[in-house]
Amino acid sequence: MSNAAPSPKLPISLAANPQLSSWVRFAGDGEVTVSPGKVEIGQGIVTALAQIAADELDVDLSRVRMVRASTAASPNEGATSGSLSIQQSGRALRQACAEIRHIFLAAASDRLGVEAGALEVKDGTISGPGNVSTSYWELADEVSLDRNATLAGAPKAANRRTLAGQSVPRLDIPDKVFARRRFIHDLVLPGLLHGRVLRPEIAGAQLATLADASARVAPGLVAIARDGNFVGVVSETENGADAAIHALRKGATWSSSATLPDENDLAAFLKSQPVESTVIDARQSAQSGAIVRTIQRQYSRPYVAHASIAPSCAIAQWDGDRLRVWTHSQGVYLLRADLALVLKLPTANITVEHVEGAGCYGHNAADDVALDAVLLAKAAGGRPVRVQWSRADEMTHAPFGAAMAIEIEADLDGAGEIVDWRHAIWSNGHTARPGRATQPALLAATEIAPAFPRMISTNPPPASGGGGDRNSVPPYDIPAWTITSHRLLTMPIRTSALRTLGAQGNVFAIECFLDEIAAERGEDPVAFRLRHLRDERAKDVIRAAARRADWKPTHKDGIGHGIGYARYKNTGAYCAVVAEIEGADDIRVRRLTIAVDVGEAINPDGVVNQVEGGAIQATSWVLKERVRFDRTGITSNGWTGYPILRFNEVPQVDVDVVQRADIEPVGAGEAAHGPVTAAIANAVFDCLGVRVRNLPITRESLIAAMETS
Amino acid sequence: MSAIRFRLNGVETAVDADPDRPLLDVLRGELGLTGPHFGCGAGECGACHVLLGDRAVTSCDTPLWSAADQDITTVEGLGNAERPHPLQRAFIAEQAMQCGYCVPGIMISAAALLRQNPTPTDADVRAALDRNLCRCGSHNRMIRAVLRAAGEMAAS
Repeated sequence: MSNAAPSPKLPISLAANPQLSSWVRFAGDGEVTVSPGKVEIGQGIVTALAQIAADELDVDLSRVRMVRASTAASPNEGATSGSLSIQQSGRALRQACAEIRHIFLAAASDRLGVEAGALEVKDGTISGPGNVSTSYWELADEVSLDRNATLAGAPKAANRRTLAGQSVPRLDIPDKVFARRRFIHDLVLPGLLHGRVLRPEIAGAQLATLADASARVAPGLVAIARDGNFVGVVSETENGADAAIHALRKGATWSSSATLPDENDLAAFLKSQPVESTVIDARQSAQSGAIVRTIQRQYSRPYVAHASIAPSCAIAQWDGDRLRVWTHSQGVYLLRADLALVLKLPTANITVEHVEGAGCYGHNAADDVALDAVLLAKAAGGRPVRVQWSRADEMTHAPFGAAMAIEIEADLDGAGEIVDWRHAIWSNGHTARPGRATQPALLAATEIAPAFPRMISTNPPPASGGGGDRNSVPPYDIPAWTITSHRLLTMPIRTSALRTLGAQGNVFAIECFLDEIAAERGEDPVAFRLRHLRDERAKDVIRAAARRADWKPTHKDGIGHGIGYARYKNTGAYCAVVAEIEGADDIRVRRLTIAVDVGEAINPDGVVNQVEGGAIQATSWVLKERVRFDRTGITSNGWTGYPILRFNEVPQVDVDVVQRADIEPVGAGEAAHGPVTAAIANAVFDCLGVRVRNLPITRESLIAAMETS
Repeated sequence: MSAIRFRLNGVETAVDADPDRPLLDVLRGELGLTGPHFGCGAGECGACHVLLGDRAVTSCDTPLWSAADQDITTVEGLGNAERPHPLQRAFIAEQAMQCGYCVPGIMISAAALLRQNPTPTDADVRAALDRNLCRCGSHNRMIRAVLRAAGEMAAS
């Protein structure tokens, strides 16, 4: 073993895209162009990255122009997902900018005849003793950034940062408030045509017959395109496209032999399917205490829809064998790879560029609609075609977050302490994102002829945070455990990444089970958790949330309090939540008191915004959300069938950010979902004395839980 | 087909279109106003809200004919960067969104509320915005923004 310190490494995104000019350029007019590979999905990442760049370069934030990701020029940073954007893009940009500053200081030193150490940078102007000065822009012609990062130049110490750590207002919000065209839905291109796709209302359907006579006379019709089971229309107007697709729907008959599971017994379905089983983690105890009894509980969560407020939208344009695509995909390079597979076209012929959409919360139909637009644009004579899905298609054909059944068994000793712990998960895989396999993941690829097979969802490896198993390894000091993940090899209902992947289900199960064990022992659930944790950052967020919520408030009839804790992926943000609920026939969440530690919070208000949003979305999942289906198809095809939390139902959310400027930052967007879910369920028990182990917690599931308890 | 006339954001406007078409389609299409957004097409989410007179309506299921001779206000008509509406200032001040797709419709619901009730309570704002959906979970910030705008309007 060598005693040498490990050599510092380039941040992962910078190692993958080392050329400095791919990240940052100085434009002649006093601008800094920053080009990250991550995209804005409403999480404020563009602002946080601008803060980091401006801080390291010592330029005013107003000089920074953020470029949207495009396969034509941007660094390839994979998908904007998994709360990794600050971690990956932020660290890469910080290091790249530190090196660029260092390079320019050396160039300025040569030009000014002043040692680099005596120079300072203020808003891009580099000056030194004797009133000599130059600037990034003056030097830009002689300093090439077409060179690879070498780790020369260290980022500033935390206490020297002036922008990172500040709640800078988001750069995109003024456009959105003043209705400037920023969303892909609002993008207007010369000669733009409108497309719609006909999708069946039953699962696994084959198009049997198609009478298109009345669609052919729809106003403005340009083309009806059919390829196998894929059928769409192109029209001069959006209204015309709607009319044509409406007529086609009446003229189409579909057949299917597919059968969906029983929506009222998902756990039984999940546990009856062929699976691939993986032991995620196992630890043995040195001394085996005497097992006095074993308790076992089963938890489940239903399929959950992304349910973006905006139906997915894309624009595509063919120029000979070259293709240009505008998309709100989370990964422009990944989408391009899948398009190349479907079209059998070299990736060099395809340019995919990002334009903002509404929040997606994971892998929704953003990529699917891009292929729809590409296929319809083939019939558009070189004009761009904009395709927008219907609300019903968005709610029924986009991938869902996977349903989960989770069984936990604990062996207890005579004192009621946990001796051994077994956690098993049955679930479809939690990701089938495009661009990562030898077959495409896009919906229309399974509809055209010859059709590609539907990709069965898989799980990212545990080292990347896992999928169905995410957060299944308890953060607590338990002497022995075995964690097993059973991934379904069948997929009657299409699943892919939904915010937190399996973490929401696993944290719900672990935290509720612990709560039950603590309650049986007569031990306070906060004290019980603190006693089983070694990580001081974990204890700090639990203590902070408990303190802010005055844990534990005196019991009042009809009110309950519960706690939930997790560190997202066991490597990311720490989050503890105290829920206060009001319960009788229906549960109302009154307040969520949250403490979160993301390391260095680049934009503290941005972190609060993300955590508040995650907490409210999780409350919606817990109290309301469940994809509905019968044996032939998905039936929750709109907001009536798939209700989400409304303004009158939203809890107060109080977020305390534990700022740790010296610790590498991690993302905040998925930190709260698991802990909020568990805290609400535990508060329901505190209030009503009943454990609801099957989500969502509705009047029906409360009654069912009361009957079985 | 005779033209349908209305005042759109204060400007006399005539549009020659099928009177049964959804108002949203005509606003976003012929009239080029992309502030009101399509969300569901069934009047269930509020992303397409516009003011018809003093009322917030879902323009996705409001037929064009019903707007005849009325005042229509879209988010573009509330204000602009040079002359922002207090609601627009307040939504920026409170950073009251994540993705922002629902925001035009929500600001229109809020504008309708403030015309009827210049001093709303928290509960009044929640009730007024209850027809609007937000999926990102920015509700509490939006409520604060509406209360802030009301305070600002009352003070001026």
